[in-house]
Amino acid sequence: MALRTEPFVINFGPLHPSTHGVFRLRATLDGEVVTELEPVFGYLHRGIEKLAEGYTYKQSICLTDRLDYVAAMSNNLAYVLAVEKLAGIAVPERAEYLRVILAELQRIVSHLVAVGAFVNDCGAFQTPILYMFREREKILDLFEMACGQRLTYNYMRFGGLSQDVPEEFIPALRKFVDQMPGYIDEYDQLIAGNEIFLARARGVGILSREMAINNSASGPVLRASGVAWDIRKADPYSIYPRFEFDIPTGTAGDCYDRYWVRIKEMRQSVRIIKQAMEQLPQGPVTTRVSLNLKPPAGEAYAHVEAPKGDLGFYLVSDGTDKPYRWHVRAPSLLNLTALRDMCIGWKVADVIIIFGSIDITMGEVDR
Amino acid sequence: MTEFNWGHFGLFAVLILVSVLTVVMGFIWFERRALARMQIRLGPNRTGPFGLLQPVADVLKVLIKEDIVPAQADKIVHWLAPIVALVPALMIFAVVPFQDGGLLADLNIGLLYVLAVSSVSTLGIFMAGWASNNKYTIIAAMRDVAAVVSYEIPLALSLVGVILVAGTMSMNGIVQEQNNVPLIFWQPLGFFIFFISGLAEINRTPFDLLEADSEIIAGFHTEYSGMKFALFYLMEYAETLALSALVATFFLGGWQGFLLPGWLWLLLKIVLVFFVIMWIRATLPRVRIDQMMSLAWKFLFPLALLNMVITGIEVVAWPDALPWVLIPVNIVIAAGLIILMSRNHKTGWGRVEV
Repeated sequence: MALRTEPFVINFGPLHPSTHGVFRLRATLDGEVVTELEPVFGYLHRGIEKLAEGYTYKQSICLTDRLDYVAAMSNNLAYVLAVEKLAGIAVPERAEYLRVILAELQRIVSHLVAVGAFVNDCGAFQTPILYMFREREKILDLFEMACGQRLTYNYMRFGGLSQDVPEEFIPALRKFVDQMPGYIDEYDQLIAGNEIFLARARGVGILSREMAINNSASGPVLRASGVAWDIRKADPYSIYPRFEFDIPTGTAGDCYDRYWVRIKEMRQSVRIIKQAMEQLPQGPVTTRVSLNLKPPAGEAYAHVEAPKGDLGFYLVSDGTDKPYRWHVRAPSLLNLTALRDMCIGWKVADVIIIFGSIDITMGEVDR
Repeated sequence: MTEFNWGHFGLFAVLILVSVLTVVMGFIWFERRALARMQIRLGPNRTGPFGLLQPVADVLKVLIKEDIVPAQADKIVHWLAPIVALVPALMIFAVVPFQDGGLLADLNIGLLYVLAVSSVSTLGIFMAGWASNNKYTIIAAMRDVAAVVSYEIPLALSLVGVILVAGTMSMNGIVQEQNNVPLIFWQPLGFFIFFISGLAEINRTPFDLLEADSEIIAGFHTEYSGMKFALFYLMEYAETLALSALVATFFLGGWQGFLLPGWLWLLLKIVLVFFVIMWIRATLPRVRIDQMMSLAWKFLFPLALLNMVITGIEVVAWPDALPWVLIPVNIVIAAGLIILMSRNHKTGWGRVEV
């Protein structure tokens, strides 16, 4: 005779050690097994999109920092690209190179945080994330050198950057780029060489190729499912066509592949930075843009390959100094839509790591 | 029946309580400092020299904290649970010899006593999880019960080898038997099984499923605060200390050693084992509950049975075998069996169709 059991509903969050912010999961559990899952978000909604409609174009650069605060440079880049497209502003060569370097450094930072937090979710007691924060710290030092900020940079401007990097930036960057591949090997050894980690992550939370495309997932989540879709190659922006790099793709689309793709992408980012550093020209990094920029009426959409995926900005101008519509295509939010399908049938512990492997920032999900 | 010696028991009980609690506080400091070193940070270093007074400060803080009991909790069970959990962990030390004959009660079934007493803590944890009336604590409590039926069997079976080799169940007798060669060399496989299932018994990484902070907040003690929480915290470290002491006694020769006094040898061995446990905590992620159960039932349990059979054959067939002949043989058998079993081991059953 089967034992009579009752499913019960449990709330993960909004304040929970591994919800990466204020995210809430309403899970129906049958014992340890998840039978139904309902993601609830909106706890960090600050109305940034509406807020930006009341700001001038330049004023809302600082708002983009607050979207995905783990990768503020990439947000800056996406936004200034959209405005440059809208107003038709040209960017000096040196600024383009510096932007690429900074965006790739930002990708490394974001992936370090993502992988570290993911392994933490698997139950490793802080060690991997602290090792990764060691290198994150070095990159943040570089950013601080360039713009004086460590988290919300507000560094990019329409037609360039707010200021040139100091002299000591390039030697420090070179040192970092030389060291980084060794550190990545170290992480890979520490994490992927671990039997328990493999048992936890392999085959767990599979996102099939079709499901990933149907959910319009992007970034490492999509590439782990075997789709070689990278905006840097698929719809090139800035000066990415000048660099050689590969798009790592997974095969199974499980948690391990998402981890693996991130590790590989860090290596590719280092490769891009190396090339950009060698080719970096001298010259100005700013162009004269009217302080009170009034783009001609019209609309523009620009997207970049942010660390979390395809980050797009859609701007509508009515000819005044403030945007008529300011919309963000947030990769975190769209990657999250597949969460329910990935989690059903897995255990509580798996839900946490599947959620961790998607790598979201609540600032971007809720905006 | 001999007369009950109040002086002996009273003195030893106080001595053990004081020294165990002192060592536990030292361990808390040691773990925090050493973990910090492993994780490239500093750890507590402000309170007293090298942060040595940090546990004292923690205790003071915990003592003045408010004791919160959830409104819907079962008040009596909620109050009783920390005590039920902590006391057995301390009771184990009654039979741990720290010198030849230097132990509270030299029971001739000391080993059975250890096995019996160590499982009682589970009851305390389950009571805590149940009485808190919180879904997270219930999950932790259920995990604990599911886990205890899995790892207790290999744990107990791995000690059968020790009994066979030592020929006694008295803890002091087991240590006396190890005056030439520590039992770890006679029983490498038994040590392996005992250590892993011991880690599960004391809920340390990678089996810290009961307080999996990334999954179920703080597990069974989510709803505890103040001194009751401190008792659980103390219990965890007392159990870790107990496991270290048991491993040292059963497999590393207990108080046996040269030059230094026996209790110091025991302490050194305890610190060594504790360091390994801590090292594991700094390195490994957590296993899933089904992976842990399949590890216990499909990997450790058959190994423990095989170990029992092999040890029995060895003890009966070659009772006077020379150590340097049998020790390499034992190590080869252990390594071979572990490799063979792990090749054919499948962890967990993964996704469930719902």
